[in-house]
Amino acid sequence: MTPSINHRRKSCGDARCCDYDLDVSDLLRIGHLTVQLATAAGWVTPVNDVSLRLAPGETLGLVGESGSGKTMLSLALMGLLPPGGKVGGEIWLGSDGTARGNQKKEEPNAETQRIAEAEERNLVGLREEEWRGVRGREIAMIFQEPMTSLNPVMRIGAQIEEAILAHEPKIGGDALQLRLLTAMEHAALPEPETRAQQFPHQLSGGLRQRAMIAMALAPKPRLLIADEPTTALDVTVQKQILELLDRLRRELELALLLITHDLGVVAKVADRVAVMYAGRIVEEGPVRKVLTFPQHPYTQGLLAASPTLEKRALKPIPGSVPQLTDLPAGCAFAPRCSFRRGECDKAVPEFRQPEPDHGARCVLI
Amino acid sequence: MSPLLTVKNLRKSYVRGGGVLANEGKSQRFVAVDDVSFEVAQGETFAIVGESGCGKTTLARMILRLIEPDQGAVLFGGSDLLKLSGAELRAQRRQMQMIFQDPFASLDPRMRVGEIVAEPLTIHEARLSKADRMARGAEMLRRVGLDEGALRRYPHEFSGGQRQRIGIARALILRPKLVVADEPVSALDVSVGAQVLLLLKELQREFQLTYLFISHSLPVVTQLASHIAVMRGGKLIETGPVERVLRQPSHAYTRDLLAAVPEIPQASQV
Repeated sequence: MTPSINHRRKSCGDARCCDYDLDVSDLLRIGHLTVQLATAAGWVTPVNDVSLRLAPGETLGLVGESGSGKTMLSLALMGLLPPGGKVGGEIWLGSDGTARGNQKKEEPNAETQRIAEAEERNLVGLREEEWRGVRGREIAMIFQEPMTSLNPVMRIGAQIEEAILAHEPKIGGDALQLRLLTAMEHAALPEPETRAQQFPHQLSGGLRQRAMIAMALAPKPRLLIADEPTTALDVTVQKQILELLDRLRRELELALLLITHDLGVVAKVADRVAVMYAGRIVEEGPVRKVLTFPQHPYTQGLLAASPTLEKRALKPIPGSVPQLTDLPAGCAFAPRCSFRRGECDKAVPEFRQPEPDHGARCVLI
Repeated sequence: MSPLLTVKNLRKSYVRGGGVLANEGKSQRFVAVDDVSFEVAQGETFAIVGESGCGKTTLARMILRLIEPDQGAVLFGGSDLLKLSGAELRAQRRQMQMIFQDPFASLDPRMRVGEIVAEPLTIHEARLSKADRMARGAEMLRRVGLDEGALRRYPHEFSGGQRQRIGIARALILRPKLVVADEPVSALDVSVGAQVLLLLKELQREFQLTYLFISHSLPVVTQLASHIAVMRGGKLIETGPVERVLRQPSHAYTRDLLAAVPEIPQASQV
């Protein structure tokens, strides 16, 4: 239906990457993204052939254990990879709301198509000056530990203003003040005038994360990457922050990429979930399907190993997460998998989709 | 049967805003643990659950007398630990050991694993020869799922889960009666954390251990605990058998904690 976008790259037959029939309205399309880093032990590939898409107003949960590559993936989306890192594949960031809104339901006409084509950009290969217009401005990020991300000797308000001024240096006093207060209201920071005058150490962990969210949202980005945003917080505060993120996604039509190791967090806020293991997406689909009918043995294993409020026999996954310097030739999960067979060790399994919206990288499917 | 551990009216306060620049007249006392009492029976797992800053770690450390309480009593095996000193205290202490949260910070990076695991023996069984200590260390390592080769290696050569196993071996080598585990799996990945929880369960059966289990996570605690005490602002606000506290929480804060746990939808089968 939309060959005008497809023609720019060769079709690979992977529905998540090149099938645009359904997702003209997507804000973000990652196609075969690969990140390579040099280490003392040689080149490693923390992100390997990752394809994902994300629409405005949608939450994608990215789940993985330590070393799965989920943080490297988000840093690649922000153009913040360590020096010397190599990036391959494509990161297409869609046009802004003008082209997006009317494409959602109806058949895209030539006009909207043209706009979409003109404004959609591949972030892979951007120069540093070009990244500055994207990073923070269109894609913002919040991190696990707000205390280490905030400047300890700067007042909260000044830090949020700085985020606005970085992208709109000419904005005037009153307008700036208004934007500051709007951002703080979005993040539901109580008593914004008082909080703006305080320093990070005067705020609780939950309020600090709200300040981070205000800072991230102040330049009005369209994509928010939240990397373990509640891991350092108590459960009752976690609940409030997750509810806040969910409301912002809806009200501001934000695309939200939520990175977490916690399947419960994903179940609470994500629409779709992608499970990452040793640099690859091993399963992707709607949250409910993935969590209740997991296709990949790793996803099944994670669910069986996750403690819940039911007293039950936990089934750990044997072994440990593999080192990126020492990955097997075939499926990286095979050494820990109870369904392992000969073909698992021969080659990395294809991503197969028994259902159009739910698939996994496993030979059993 | 009398309880293994009885904690009576334990209390600890600190000076808020202390330090060299503090104005003595204006400083206030902050109560970290406020009049806490409970009993732990032999062989059970007693869990203390609460959010950060509730005083749970201070409480655990006072029970081992790593922090001196302001007042109260800790009765263990018939004697009040707080009244003991010297040899008597050491004799009781070998019956109570601790497992720490951070497997990276709690092992000396310059000691070999064999020395780490056998170190308690050099204090409490000083007459053992080095060869005997290493043999005991190897046996304990095998029991927690590591092979003998680990003895001669250093902590940095191990993953987080393996390091936590080393910490468990060190805690159990003296065959203690009580093990205080302070957030033993919260630094670990889910798949590995479940391994450690299962190991703790097995070891409890094998060595008739009593656990005092400190955690912020109700789901983790649910897997092991027989009793749960919910702590907030230095006080135990609700104590009871795990099923009762989870199914019929009597305190509003316990209900809030339970409601805040993000639940994973369960498949009808599997």
